[in-house]
Amino acid sequence: MAPTGDTVSLDAARTALSGACDDVREATAADAVDGVPASLVARPASTAEVGEVLRAAAGHELAVVPRGRGTKSTWGRAPERADLVVDLSRMSAVLDHAAGDLVVETQAGALLADVQAVVGTAGQRLALDEPVPGSSIGGTLATNSSGPGRLAVGTARDLLIGVTVVRADGVVARAGGRVVKNVAGYDLGKLVIGSFGTLAVVTEAVFRLHPVAPARQWVTVGVDSAGRAQELAQRVVHSQLVPAAVEVDWPGDGDGGAGSLGVLLEGTPAGVETRTAALTGLLGGGTAAGTAPAGWGRYPWDDDGVTGRATALKATVALSGVAGALDAGRRAATDAGTTLSWRGSAGAGVLYGALPATAGPDAVAAVLGPLRAACAAAGGALVVLDAAPEVEAAVDTWGPVPAIDLMRRVKERFDPERRLAPGRFVGGI
Amino acid sequence: MSVTHGTTTTAGPVPGDTPPEATSATGDAHRHSAGIEAVGRVARAVLPVTGVLSDPTQLRTYECDGLAHYRVTPALVVLPETTEQLAAVVRACAAHGVPFVARGSGTGLSGGALPRADGVLVVTSRMRTIREVRRADQRAVVEPGVINLAVTRAVTGEGYYYAPDPSSQQICSIGGNLAENSGGAHCLKYGFTSNHVLGAELVTPQGDVVALGGLAPDSPGYDLLGTVVGSEGTLGIATTAVVRLVRLPEEVRTLLVGFRSTDDAGAATSAIIGAGIVPAAIEMMDALAIEAAEAAVHCDYPAGAGAVLVIELDGAAVEVEHEYAQVERFCTEHGAFELRPATDAAERALIWKGRKSAFAAVGRISPDYIVQDGVIPRTALPEVLRAIAELSSSSGVRVANVFHAGDGNLHPLVLFDDAQPGAGKAAEQVSGAILDLCINHGGSITGEHGVGVDKAAYMPRMFSDDDLDTMQLVRCAFDPDGISNPGKLFPTPRLCGEVPGKRKHAHPLVEAGLADAF
Repeated sequence: MAPTGDTVSLDAARTALSGACDDVREATAADAVDGVPASLVARPASTAEVGEVLRAAAGHELAVVPRGRGTKSTWGRAPERADLVVDLSRMSAVLDHAAGDLVVETQAGALLADVQAVVGTAGQRLALDEPVPGSSIGGTLATNSSGPGRLAVGTARDLLIGVTVVRADGVVARAGGRVVKNVAGYDLGKLVIGSFGTLAVVTEAVFRLHPVAPARQWVTVGVDSAGRAQELAQRVVHSQLVPAAVEVDWPGDGDGGAGSLGVLLEGTPAGVETRTAALTGLLGGGTAAGTAPAGWGRYPWDDDGVTGRATALKATVALSGVAGALDAGRRAATDAGTTLSWRGSAGAGVLYGALPATAGPDAVAAVLGPLRAACAAAGGALVVLDAAPEVEAAVDTWGPVPAIDLMRRVKERFDPERRLAPGRFVGGI
Repeated sequence: MSVTHGTTTTAGPVPGDTPPEATSATGDAHRHSAGIEAVGRVARAVLPVTGVLSDPTQLRTYECDGLAHYRVTPALVVLPETTEQLAAVVRACAAHGVPFVARGSGTGLSGGALPRADGVLVVTSRMRTIREVRRADQRAVVEPGVINLAVTRAVTGEGYYYAPDPSSQQICSIGGNLAENSGGAHCLKYGFTSNHVLGAELVTPQGDVVALGGLAPDSPGYDLLGTVVGSEGTLGIATTAVVRLVRLPEEVRTLLVGFRSTDDAGAATSAIIGAGIVPAAIEMMDALAIEAAEAAVHCDYPAGAGAVLVIELDGAAVEVEHEYAQVERFCTEHGAFELRPATDAAERALIWKGRKSAFAAVGRISPDYIVQDGVIPRTALPEVLRAIAELSSSSGVRVANVFHAGDGNLHPLVLFDDAQPGAGKAAEQVSGAILDLCINHGGSITGEHGVGVDKAAYMPRMFSDDDLDTMQLVRCAFDPDGISNPGKLFPTPRLCGEVPGKRKHAHPLVEAGLADAF
């Protein structure tokens, strides 16, 4: 394409975009995507307008970065270019809540919290945690963010039943539908979840809902080693107590050994009380509370006291590899002269790690090596979700990705000109 | 007796007709015979002698799957025992442009494993090893020919089971389940195959072996696994699957409830769901389905019932206790005249026997029938059931209803006697009209049986050209030559051509007006 700085072509692009959408403006510094300055921002009001905007962008060969509320816009790698930010915040409506069918249809720019408020009036919830406050539906899907509740109800892939997307060429397409059970056609929803905006712009989504349990209880127990955390997590997941979440919390600034395991039980008041008693017996102690322990459902890099831009890690492992990953990361951090705080689902095998901003590229690289090996040995992977630019530039953030060739071919079909969030995803996609 | 499934009205084939791709396949067979011979040579070189079938009599035993009115004899059948053997055959198919179709146990109800006359049928029934049971990880690693129920049997002793439970679970294979994203009675609470398959080794249509997902969740990159599951064999062949094992619940309560009408049973279902209870299953059968089940398996359902519900609750004992009391109350409030809880495993099995045998049982009351599979929003149930009843009375075609009431997945059984002139056609029309009802109520043309060859012609009623073209982008990324189960799932043959935007000239077939390019 013409260089971004080419004002003539940018003027022409702006004119075309303004014909497609009545809210197009020059980008400001605040619109930069992970440090990459944007040129223009369009705020379309409907799926059809997103289609028009993307068609105009295609005509002018603009690189397009979709944005929900921008709460995770530094995740993934920085895009190579960001000529146009397509901001979905005007598409914030919760379109339809079919309470009797336990289904909600929403625009992608809607705040997750707004969706919860709507469906909550019927005693229902969209069973997606909101680890980053202020997240939109679209951003949640694009990054596939999840929290403690994934243990029992899964993640976006288990809840999304219909999706409307706009392709790089402006074509609007739908997949799935409004019913929970449906096997007609390819499940494009799964493909766009976690795709970081590189395949298409999600404009609308339909989710299945769950009833809100009348009672909740958290049981927290101290653990003095990663091995102990795994041992207790194993006891809980192999029990018949039906835990809603099993979380490990292991701050890096503690005395080296002190962490905790937190278990959430949900159900009827009497049932939760009985199960809580059984759980404390199983854990050999623990403190029960009706409110979540500090930090519950938050990423460790967002904790109070974390200053500067921490390096954010996501480690996935088979359940028998939880302790191995926790220990490998912690040991490597100590060896590199830094600290690693862990928090995540010991019951699902998804652990989030935070290295402080003071850990430079060398220290981060020194942690990634052994930690990535430990995750791989446990059937999982390690990715760097977010990091300071100098760290991001120096390390392999996504790591090795099996089937990358097939992924590239999918990308080529959906976005042959590489204009959607180019470079942000695995393998430079 | 013939058993048919699904239906089309004017748009597609009717029983006895040759499906469109079979016609074209016959034409192609001649052209591809050199290719078949080449693939056969490769297969004989890498497979055991009993693993390659080309004798016409043997080939004919594979001419259909569970949807028996579509029949095509494949040109070659291979039964690989390893991933390497299977991949070698697929590579040979790719090299010679020969289409292939994967088949597990052949129980599918949409013709998804219908062979190609010009192609190879790849049967996975000799890949039947449960490679690993990893209790600590709550996972098992299995080969595609492993029978669904065998997974549960292998892990029950350790307190676990495999949750997706299609009615055919005693014979259907995990590979077939993966291709079709199979559900079952308990998917209301536990989800479908896509929620329980976390990894797979896939032989791509080029014959490459790739790992998708794995033991741990959230593999980096696109969720290709989620796209492959339910793609009906059009994106390659899975040669292993990593499946989730679910802890056996502390308590299971199964309740058989008799109602005077389907309206009452539907209202009770709504009350239960509305109260925030997620039962493991709520199944409904109407009077005709009950009559059939009684005739076949003597399940002793409540006499005189216009509808029965089979309700199952599971989970922590103390929670199940509470929910059970609520369910009893809701049923009674909505006119239940008999509540019969299973008091032991034998009674529970008998209750489920009536439900799970319902399709086959209909053969006791009708010489021929069509098994339909459609989905509606659950709240539209009373309205749609009334509309089906009206269709039935106005056409004189009897319809028995068996369905997953909790999630609105209908399985109307349309009864007819093919010996009577016009009866098959009339049944087809009623069956098609039921699908239209599903679409008009915002539902789906298939909840679990798949599109296959049977409903490909219906896809444009549910999806726009742009929707289908976008799905086709995925197909083209995986299978640019269109050799993996062609003719299934999508209504029109399309060519992938070059990557869009880079294409310079139209494909010769497009220029000749013989195909749509993409």
